[in-house]
Amino acid sequence: MLFKQTLSFVAASVVTFSAMAWQPSGKVECIAPADPGGGWDFTCRSVGNVMQQLGLVSGSVQTLNMAGAGGGVAFAHTVSKRAKDDKVLVAASTATTTRLAQKQFPGMDAGMVTWVGALGADYGIIAVGKDSRYQDLNQLLAAVKENPKAVKFAGGSARGGWDHLKVLIAAKAAGADQLPSIPYLSYNNGGEAMTQVVGGQVDAFTGDISEATGFMESGDLRVLAVLADERLPGKFSDIATAKEQGIDAVSPNWRGFYMPKGASEEAKDYWVKAVDTLYTSDAWKKVMASNGLIPFHPPADEFDGFVRKQVQEIETLSREIGLLK
Amino acid sequence: METLGFLMDGFAVALTPYNLMFALFGAIVGTLIGCLPGLGPANGVAILIPLAFTLGLPPETAMILLTSVYAGAMYGGRISSILLNIPGDEPAMMTCLDGYPMARKGRAADALAVSAVASFTGGLIGTIGLIMLAPVLARFALTFGPAEYFALFLLAFATLGGITGKNPMKTVIAATLGIMISTVGIDISTGTQRYTFGVLELYEGIDFILAIVGLFAISELLFFVEIRVGEGHRKINVGKLTLTFKELVSTIPTQLRGGVLGFIAGVLPGAGASLGSFLSYTLEKQIVGRKGTFGEGDIRGVAAPEAGNNGASSGALVPMLTLGVPGSGTTAVLLAMLISLNITPGPLMFTQNADIVWGVIAALLIGNVLLLVLNIPLVGFFVRLLSVPPMYLLPIVTMVAFVGIYSISHSAFDLYFMVAFGVAGYFLRKLEIPLVPVILGLLLGPEMEKNLGHALILSDGDWSILWASPLAMGLWLVAGLGLALPCLVGPLLRRRMNAAIKETPVSD
Repeated sequence: MLFKQTLSFVAASVVTFSAMAWQPSGKVECIAPADPGGGWDFTCRSVGNVMQQLGLVSGSVQTLNMAGAGGGVAFAHTVSKRAKDDKVLVAASTATTTRLAQKQFPGMDAGMVTWVGALGADYGIIAVGKDSRYQDLNQLLAAVKENPKAVKFAGGSARGGWDHLKVLIAAKAAGADQLPSIPYLSYNNGGEAMTQVVGGQVDAFTGDISEATGFMESGDLRVLAVLADERLPGKFSDIATAKEQGIDAVSPNWRGFYMPKGASEEAKDYWVKAVDTLYTSDAWKKVMASNGLIPFHPPADEFDGFVRKQVQEIETLSREIGLLK
Repeated sequence: METLGFLMDGFAVALTPYNLMFALFGAIVGTLIGCLPGLGPANGVAILIPLAFTLGLPPETAMILLTSVYAGAMYGGRISSILLNIPGDEPAMMTCLDGYPMARKGRAADALAVSAVASFTGGLIGTIGLIMLAPVLARFALTFGPAEYFALFLLAFATLGGITGKNPMKTVIAATLGIMISTVGIDISTGTQRYTFGVLELYEGIDFILAIVGLFAISELLFFVEIRVGEGHRKINVGKLTLTFKELVSTIPTQLRGGVLGFIAGVLPGAGASLGSFLSYTLEKQIVGRKGTFGEGDIRGVAAPEAGNNGASSGALVPMLTLGVPGSGTTAVLLAMLISLNITPGPLMFTQNADIVWGVIAALLIGNVLLLVLNIPLVGFFVRLLSVPPMYLLPIVTMVAFVGIYSISHSAFDLYFMVAFGVAGYFLRKLEIPLVPVILGLLLGPEMEKNLGHALILSDGDWSILWASPLAMGLWLVAGLGLALPCLVGPLLRRRMNAAIKETPVSD
């Protein structure tokens, strides 16, 4: 995808910041659409802390956990009960767009909220056990092209979920047809799936880079490709991207926010710029580094388009595998 | 040696003042829960789960608290067995046989002391067994593919009724109910919704924790309201300790045998602590033969089952931690807690969550020492607590259950659900349908379904994959035995057990 980090743009926005008319007064709420402890909860709590440190909010940011339907309960709540609320942000990620695309939030779609921005991502990988005969992504996908049932994949999401879609995105980019025939075994989480791949029960693992660190460092897991535009920073810089190997597949599992569509334009502007300011701050860079988040921040005016495009892509894929009629 | 290093790290986690405080608290509350007749360890742990959420405990502290309650309940069960001839929980049934006669002879204090020491020995043996066996089994678990897991879950279901199960048909009904409840929500193998009827709150399925707290804790409250409100037990005089050191030493072989046998019984899925204490007692009777005075207040008749059930309680943690298959009702509840803390049992947990696993194991060792110390001098305190009317306990438990469940999800919907489960649990218990199989069905049903699906994807629809490997075949064989044995040997064993016990305990 086309997005790069536009640091200069963000720096400019900081200057204009103090001139903003609207500022949140009092308590700001961040809805985490899951139980405490998960990724969305982390997004709300860490962003809340940094916003307070940076003085972007005058009061405190209170995290409100609202679990249910993989974010559907919080989405419905935002659309109906918070329609005009200026002081609420809702944590979102690829899981949100996936469910929207697959119509898992009945009667709701991506256009019913305002997408504020992304603050980093976790990138998809495809990996095999250390004794596997596949040495790179091309070998693996060539086998899939020849016989869609040749390689069995295991991942931590349901069928049609993001881990499954990564395989399909890569296979499609490599020119494979018969996507629905590619065997995918869904586990409760990436760890369980990896255990099966390391144990030699299943051929390949699909998941996020942050999940695989442990087995990667112990040498039990060989990462064939990371599905990113460019090589990842730090200890991941040895891993080849799919693009380098000639397969145009990118799958960022981003973390970010949406807010009510009916909020005032001033408030929306304020939060978009607040997220920009936050993203460039040193405090946030520290949070990203210590939590394995990788830079990902589409410019403010492109984020809404990015979300819609992702929803569209997922919808198409879901139709191809027969998940959507 | 690697294990020893991990264990040391575990002690570092468990010995922080904060965790130590919760271990002590758990041990005390567990003993109390154990000695209250009717409140078994599974209920005890279920009641404490909301507290862990209310206090917002970190995962390792939450698990340390709950395992301490578990160990404490195993110690506590003996108190009312000995003093009242009513087992505090099912595994303590066998302790009545010689414990109560001892109490009637005025040796209650001795029986309590010997059983505390035997509990300690059993617990220690079980925990050492756990330390040695768990890491090995965790590595071995890597060889389990979907077909082997399917056979393993089948084995867990087959042995569910266990040898002590009263009515196999009711066990089947209970497990089926659990499996049915577990089908609500997204089916991860196909990505479609099942039985959600467009209700958003049902899309992620029904939370185990809700079901467990509702079924155990809320139904317990309803029972208390119905039958026991207001009344405490009569005050009991424990008498003076007359136990000699020599007498205590003479029971050491008994304790060792009981502990080892209990541990083995505990490791087998589905068998659990009741079988451990039963086997230990029976074996002891066989070994000692006519020289003993079993049934009339033999001190070894107290030591054997107590060592057995405490050994089994640690043993039951082995399959739970390494394979994610609980060996008993209480470990099923602990498994649900682990899952809701986002920790997946299995080989990965021993590396990725080493601090939690080893912290919990170290806490078990520390807890055993704490419990021994608590149970010898403080036994009078627990005996006095037995006479506290439940009317003071009830409101506290209710409050904690509601606050705890609400603090997990901040959803009133969940509270209604919990109450509904409580009412359902109440009626199930009235119908004498056991609750533990419901929980096991709820926890294991989806796993079994998932692994069946996966095995068939791997084999491209060929069912023979399910018994293709020697390991899977072995598991099928054990499952077959587990299903057949209770039908053949069960009635015989039960008759002996019942003949020995005049007053049947409140079943859980």
